[in-house]
Amino acid sequence: MRSTGQEQQKVHSIWQRLHIDVPLLLGILALLALGLFLVYSAGGQETAIVYLKARSIGVALLGMFIVAQIPPLVYRKWAVPVFVLGLLMLISVLLFGHVGKGAQRWLDLGFMKFQPSEIMKLIVPIMIAWFVSQENLPVKISTVILAFILVLLPTLLIAKQPDLGTSLLIASSGIFVIFLAGASWKLIGVCLGLASAFVPILWMFLMKGYQKQRVLTFLNPEQDPLGSGYHIIQSKIAIGSGGIEGKGWLQGTQSQLEFLPERHTDFIFSVFSEEFGLIGVAALLAIYLFVVMRGLWIAVNAQHAFTKLLAGSLTLTFFVYVFVNIGMVSGLLPVVGVPLPLVSFGGTSMVTLMAGFGILMAISTHRRFHV
Amino acid sequence: MSPRRIVIRNHSAEANLFARRTFIAFSGVVLVLLILFANVYTLQVESFEKYQTRSNSNRIKLLPVAPNRGLIYDRHGVLLADNKPVYSLEVIAEDVDDLKASIAQVSKLLNISADRQSKFFKLMKRKRRFKPVELHSRLSDQQVALFSVNQHKYPGIYVNARLKRYYPFSDLTTHNLGYVARINRKDANKLERAGKAENYAATYGIGKLGIEKYYEDMLHGTIGHQEVEVNNQGRVIRTLNYTPPVPGKDLTLTLDIELQMIAKRALSGKRGAIVAMDPRTGGILAMYSNPSYDGNLFVHGISTKNYKKLLESKDLPLINRSVQSGYPPASTVKPFLALTGLEENVITPKTEVYDPGWYQLKGLPNKYRDWLPWGHGKVNLTKAIEQSCNIYFYDLAFKLGITKISNMMERFGFGDYTGLDIYEENKAIMPSVAWKRARYNQSWYTGETLSVGIGQSFWTVTPLQLTQALTTLVNKGERKIPHLLKAKSELIIESSGNAYHQITPIEYEPRAPLKLRDDNNWDIVLNAMHNTVQKFGATAHKPFKGSTYDASGKTGSAQVARRKQGEKYDAKTTSENKRDNAMFIAFAPFDKPEIVIAVAIENVAKGGGATNAAPVARQIMDQYFGDRVITSKKRNVKPKTATVIAATPQEAG
Repeated sequence: MRSTGQEQQKVHSIWQRLHIDVPLLLGILALLALGLFLVYSAGGQETAIVYLKARSIGVALLGMFIVAQIPPLVYRKWAVPVFVLGLLMLISVLLFGHVGKGAQRWLDLGFMKFQPSEIMKLIVPIMIAWFVSQENLPVKISTVILAFILVLLPTLLIAKQPDLGTSLLIASSGIFVIFLAGASWKLIGVCLGLASAFVPILWMFLMKGYQKQRVLTFLNPEQDPLGSGYHIIQSKIAIGSGGIEGKGWLQGTQSQLEFLPERHTDFIFSVFSEEFGLIGVAALLAIYLFVVMRGLWIAVNAQHAFTKLLAGSLTLTFFVYVFVNIGMVSGLLPVVGVPLPLVSFGGTSMVTLMAGFGILMAISTHRRFHV
Repeated sequence: MSPRRIVIRNHSAEANLFARRTFIAFSGVVLVLLILFANVYTLQVESFEKYQTRSNSNRIKLLPVAPNRGLIYDRHGVLLADNKPVYSLEVIAEDVDDLKASIAQVSKLLNISADRQSKFFKLMKRKRRFKPVELHSRLSDQQVALFSVNQHKYPGIYVNARLKRYYPFSDLTTHNLGYVARINRKDANKLERAGKAENYAATYGIGKLGIEKYYEDMLHGTIGHQEVEVNNQGRVIRTLNYTPPVPGKDLTLTLDIELQMIAKRALSGKRGAIVAMDPRTGGILAMYSNPSYDGNLFVHGISTKNYKKLLESKDLPLINRSVQSGYPPASTVKPFLALTGLEENVITPKTEVYDPGWYQLKGLPNKYRDWLPWGHGKVNLTKAIEQSCNIYFYDLAFKLGITKISNMMERFGFGDYTGLDIYEENKAIMPSVAWKRARYNQSWYTGETLSVGIGQSFWTVTPLQLTQALTTLVNKGERKIPHLLKAKSELIIESSGNAYHQITPIEYEPRAPLKLRDDNNWDIVLNAMHNTVQKFGATAHKPFKGSTYDASGKTGSAQVARRKQGEKYDAKTTSENKRDNAMFIAFAPFDKPEIVIAVAIENVAKGGGATNAAPVARQIMDQYFGDRVITSKKRNVKPKTATVIAATPQEAG
């Protein structure tokens, strides 16, 4: 028994040395593998798209591995300058950014195109976690207000691009830090009040026509079933017609016959639900729940307020992806461009997400060396 | 909460706080997951059937497949209405490498006009790239051959064949068959109201006239369906199910196309109509109206120019004179009037009338003339028919009065639809006191009765009505329903896979017979008609000289325009459309009649029924009987009285 225990210890320590959190990795790999199968089905059963997805998975895993090697407290040191740099990049996107698909999100660096809002998904929680962990927890009201302002700056800059999905994720990541840092319930109440007061302002001044249309469509998709309501109606048909057991892999008529739009990206959950049914959905949600639980376990067990807050925020933000994506394709939320994390086809957001998991792994495995 | 007293961190308090908040957040996560799951559950379990139906209606489409229209044959099996492939040139843009260049080359090869090309490109814009677009709708055989040789050079361009109606005898059969033409909005509405629209979903044309219209339901058949799976663009992915259409029934008509040809030839250059019927059944053997027109013109959509030409022609080719034109029957109805006189007991076969050449009512100045200026002298019934003596019939009509005449004539079917199986029929007019009151709000004049006595005045008949009345006469009261449809044939496919045509003859219920007080009266009148043809010097003797089938008949010359008292008629000085019409009715053989004929020819230049209409009837009968020699058992019933006045060179009425 003892020898086995030692061996386990040894095995454990190999992963530890590699800075890999095994349970988290297993959850992630399950989602990535599922993504490969679904992209094959949703992408017209072409292997080319599967290769692309596999390649970006490879890049993302490598990215995660590299990030995991960086001791988390390094981020604390660099939080402020990186945050300032990030803001400058967002401003320059608005000034000289590359326009694609009706939004100005990309910065052309000459050798590559770069989306600063993606990296801000990591910088904002780092910055806010650093900011609130300067003092003893729970956070004071003045700190909360300042933190809010810090969150609001990048959020508004990204919303202006316009990229509603990303700005929503960034705002959440900041707010989660503030919440986890123990902001008083009263304050949270006031903030929610202010936020709801902000809605009409958002509607009248910040939202573009197409965004408003999305919200209207969400409220009543059947009013324009062939136009703006088409996506959501076809998506609901796909999910609903899957039934309990699903139509089987590669057998989903809504996706295979191309009635479903954006099949391999934002609407991949509909493909999944159609082909694997309610049983598949339950399993998928269970995997997500497992990943979130593991992330929160890492956060709770982190040694420092900064790493706790950062790990918690990254995990909960990951869950926001899940919630917003599934919510929007199943008709609970208006359509905003948020992918199903790790499953949807699309390299940029996956690399960011995996880098986030790299940070989580670093927090999980470096803790013994930084007390 | 925490006063600013210690700067040292309380790690365990922080950890506790953080754990509490994390737990709250985790609870939130679980709650949200439950909401998401509940929502998906609602979609996939509660509303499963609704979404499954919608998913299926997304992907499964029913493509209608048109049934083949039934064919139409004459009584001997000669094809009268065919379905012939029409070739169109179609293009699927998606499969063509260089659309513009290919279209240009093919157009040059097949000599397709620039007009058609630009029309094609216009159509192209509205169609999906994988759907066929027509470049040319009717290729000639030569164009088809030319393209077929070169087809390998033009992938994505191909010849498509569709079945369209074709009438091989063209104008010879148009008035009987009618034609099939594109379903227009009016037809579509009608089909909609009748609940038949679904059955016509893939059908190009519908019967517009004649047999094609009357038997539309039989000819059309039942639509088939191809159940296919389509993608979001409507492209067919695969066929799931196929229900073949049921072809329409083939129809065999009573018409004899050879008689029809003779009728056309006999009427060529004349305006008029012929109806020949088998009195034993009521089946129409020939029915032709001249001039006619080519029904094929309408199948593909007639050009405005051609249609205008037909509409504006003075000869009115669109009118089916056999059933639509009301002609004054003139002397052809004298046998029927004689029968009425015998039946009403106002005359006997021996009754004689003296004909001085004119007839005058007591106390009235008007003189009614005989066609023979010096008169026929003493005339009995038989002679009156043989010689077509007007004076005898003026007197008879006067004795009968209009009411008895019109009552009897209505029993023969005058003034009413015969019930022939086409819709174009006209009732024509059998005048009566009530009719005149209703039509003109005038009372009836005795003078008009006299005119009715020689088949003039308001009285009009269609050639078909004459044929029908004569059928009743030769059948001695047995009445038949005139009809064109002889039999229908249906394709039966047994479960074993055997297929055969089941031919069902059509049964026509006989109508209630016309009963006379004395059946001898039939024979008296029929004998007189027999004499009219067979007796030397009788009005219709000459045209049937040498015929071997023992024909009987009655001539008629109808005055078309009103003439003043004493005005002389000379065809040469009368304008064409006011000249007399020539009429003739006949049947043969005398004993067991097999064919009855009515002929009407409009505005003849010279002579009357005997010289113009009777020869037409003879040509048809010659064709019908061929070499058969038929003689009657009771040849030439001799009139008991009567000095026969030698036939004058002048034509009888």
